[in-house]
Amino acid sequence: MAALELRDVKKSYGSNAVVHGVSMNIDKGEFVVMVGPSGCGKSTLLRMVAGLEEITGGQIAIDGRVVNDIEPKDRDIAMVFQNYALYPHMSVYDNMAYGLKIRGMPKGEIDTRVRDAAKILELTALLERKPRQLSGGQRQRVAMGRAIVRHPKVFLFDEPLSNLDAKLRVQMRLELQRLHRRLGVTSLYVTHDQVEAMTLGQRIVVMNAGRAEQIGTPAEIYARPATTFVATFIGSPPMNLLQATADSSGATLALDGAAIRLPQPVPAAAGKAVQFGVRPENLQLGGNALEMEVEMVESLGADHLVHGRIGGQTLIVRAGPDANPQIGSRIPVGFEVSAAHWYDATTGARIAR
Amino acid sequence: MIERRPLLTVVRHVVLIGGVALVMFPVYIAFVASTLSFQEVLHVPMRLWPGDHLLENYAAVIAHGSSQGSSAPVGTMMVNSLVMALVIAIGKIAISVISAFAMVYFRFPLRQTFFWMIFITLMLPVEVRILPTYQVAAQLKLVDTYAGLTLPLIASATATFLFRQFFLTIPDEYAEAARIDGAGPMRFFWDVVLPLSRTNIAALFVIMFIYGWNQYLWPLLVTTQESMYVTVIGIKRMIPGGDAAAEWHLVMATAILAMLPPALVVLLMQRWFVRGLVETEK
Repeated sequence: MAALELRDVKKSYGSNAVVHGVSMNIDKGEFVVMVGPSGCGKSTLLRMVAGLEEITGGQIAIDGRVVNDIEPKDRDIAMVFQNYALYPHMSVYDNMAYGLKIRGMPKGEIDTRVRDAAKILELTALLERKPRQLSGGQRQRVAMGRAIVRHPKVFLFDEPLSNLDAKLRVQMRLELQRLHRRLGVTSLYVTHDQVEAMTLGQRIVVMNAGRAEQIGTPAEIYARPATTFVATFIGSPPMNLLQATADSSGATLALDGAAIRLPQPVPAAAGKAVQFGVRPENLQLGGNALEMEVEMVESLGADHLVHGRIGGQTLIVRAGPDANPQIGSRIPVGFEVSAAHWYDATTGARIAR
Repeated sequence: MIERRPLLTVVRHVVLIGGVALVMFPVYIAFVASTLSFQEVLHVPMRLWPGDHLLENYAAVIAHGSSQGSSAPVGTMMVNSLVMALVIAIGKIAISVISAFAMVYFRFPLRQTFFWMIFITLMLPVEVRILPTYQVAAQLKLVDTYAGLTLPLIASATATFLFRQFFLTIPDEYAEAARIDGAGPMRFFWDVVLPLSRTNIAALFVIMFIYGWNQYLWPLLVTTQESMYVTVIGIKRMIPGGDAAAEWHLVMATAILAMLPPALVVLLMQRWFVRGLVETEK
């Protein structure tokens, strides 16, 4: 019995379907991240788990119990909002104690729980302050404290780090990981930031237009993306995807008049129109697979990103700090076939190798 | 950078002092008149510096009223005015805040219709509906009662509208967080919405209090006994029609007394008043 089960969950607003049948099982203590672009339905899905949105189809079960018609307060969940949603007129202590007070918990126990959470989140000195006297990061910690004191079965996070500046975001990411390791509560985390997804998630759900395109560990998703969407969404700079047609032996790709010689033939792609994907870090300058015309070089300090053109399509190669190709020159680029990904040209689905 | 232009500063001050003088001069004259004796006040031209009958006049008027026209003690009338103003202010706020809450946080059939109905009543001042209102009040035996003075004036479209607009600015996340915390709608209203509305309530209290205190036409209709009169009616009634000379010094004393409570309320709530109209609490 999974801690949180989504069974073919659907959501429509009138005739407008926003979530098309998402299913997944989350184990107890697992940290799952739902990632995707704006409008992909991840927040809607989270809110359905919280009980803030009606479920149009399918079921959501927490600890084996179907919660479709159960009020948020009875689902044994706690949520951390993007805008923190701290009650502005209450002190930090009262904000954290509010949910427990409503449940009629005895004062002594409330005090213990709030102070324990404050200690874990280093908020003890701030307990009497009002939210407007806190910084963004502190407010976010209070929001997390409010969720922790409830000792819920599931934590729900709705893009909690989006309102923080970049440096704070990195800090809070590490704190979230530490927190999860310490508390071990099942967590469902929504973000549009693929870096957060890769670093925080034990498993990632990549969502696009209301569908879960792939569910897997960060390593799986990075190494074997199931669709072109997942391939280009995860990884920065994104994977190069080139439209090409393979010849009958699967040894050469024809691409807008140019040709790519594959180091080894790939029978699975033979004769098909494919999208051929290679990550910038898997391309090397030198080698003899293809020839590209250099358009621009971005220096990142530790690497160079070489932007180039082959046929009519663009390509990015991640090269070491010593590389210094001339703009406008044609340079050879090589790669390992094992590092290449093959996708159907029309559906974007992965072709088995 | 603020330019220092001495001429502009002088002009600015002249305008301000001029404005204050224009507004305060009549009040000053009324105050002076209230400290004079009957003879002094009828003397033409009236002197412009205070006399020495201050305590005498005020004591007389509070205890006995004027001997011309109405002789109701102003003390009683002040109490009536106070009751009326307080009940109206508190009643209006209580009713409006809960109606606005219902309109913003609940979905029920005809919600928009009700909102527009309330909004349209804004266009009907008391004077327009005063006859039917009096009829109803009379039939319900509310004449000459505090209930009759206050109930017909207690619903307020202005306050409802203002609270509705304010509630619409409260982020939805508070309601969602409260829902997850386990607060029902009324709990949420009491614990979150009301505290956030504090400054709005203070501002509206000042406005409604002054409104209630200054009501003339409705109390005039609905009260017939002198013991139920309100202060503004008292002032009018002290001025007898015809040839008899009004006891202007007592009338002016009553007028000054009538001005004191609203002035006090505004002064005390001043800080909250401005904050309530301007502040956005996040």
